Amino acid sequence: MSDIADRVKKIVVEHLGVEEDKVTETASFIDDLGADSLDTVELVMAFEEEFGIEIPDDAAETIQTFGDAVKFITEAA
Amino acid sequence: MFDLTGKSALVTGASGGIGGEVAKALHAAGAKVALSGTRVEPLEKLAAELGERAFVCPANLSDPASVEALPKAAIEAMGSVDILVNNAGITRDNLFMRMSDEEWASVIDVNLTASFRLMRGVLRGMMKARWGRIVNITSVVGQTGNPGQGNYAAAKAGLTGMSKSLAYEVASRGITVNCVAPGFIATAMTDKLNDEQKAKILTQIPAGRMGAAEEIAAAVLYLASPEAGYVTGTTLSVNGGMAMI
Repeated sequence: MSDIADRVKKIVVEHLGVEEDKVTETASFIDDLGADSLDTVELVMAFEEEFGIEIPDDAAETIQTFGDAVKFITEAA
Repeated sequence: MFDLTGKSALVTGASGGIGGEVAKALHAAGAKVALSGTRVEPLEKLAAELGERAFVCPANLSDPASVEALPKAAIEAMGSVDILVNNAGITRDNLFMRMSDEEWASVIDVNLTASFRLMRGVLRGMMKARWGRIVNITSVVGQTGNPGQGNYAAAKAGLTGMSKSLAYEVASRGITVNCVAPGFIATAMTDKLNDEQKAKILTQIPAGRMGAAEEIAAAVLYLASPEAGYVTGTTLSVNGGMAMI
């Protein structure tokens, strides 16, 4: 697994308090990992800080799963 | 009770009567305070009076760039903003039929829009800390209306609705959002009233007197305290019984 994926996973695990093995490629933050809408905003903020990037609102809306997040950040970083 | 040691508070309009007393009360409870306002001199004077744990962060709330910069300046000075008191407010009174777009917009910009931007600006830190207190100073006028103050009443009522909406959103993160609604308080703003206006107002106040800025500060201190953690989305009226809502 890439370094970015590891770092993203660490943030998700810490923030949502879920088991690491639940955070799979297709795991939806809201449907599978128990996040509410505010959690997703906080995750995006945490990604922005961790990777020093800006994630605009319209892009943030497309980040639904762990895989989406890793893909977006890999392309943006 | 009401110990704010280790907390950092940003108070807007700290050069004014109510804002100055709010800053003093929070400071006396142990908080660091960032004093904001447009006039630097009274802010410097208050900071000198308070001594340690007081910082001056001037801002012009009618200028969006200045508003955006304020939370950052306060965080830089104090390390964080755990408590935000949106106290700054202006009046541009006029009868409705004579009110210009500019009088309307300037009051909405400073009293409502700047408060929104400041709340947005401090939320990130509060969310991460899982603790925050936002206290918005509204007005009895926002609850009852007042002739000649359509713009001011709209801004204050708007602030109340905005506070409740945000209170819903962030309650699960340990952040409370409340309002304090002063009645007629003896400050520079109410000094502008003539004796006849004052006498008329006093007949409507069961307590029979104007309130003191310290009495508003005490309400803010309570809502900013750890003890008020289960109080959110509410308005604490401090008006001598003028409007029992």
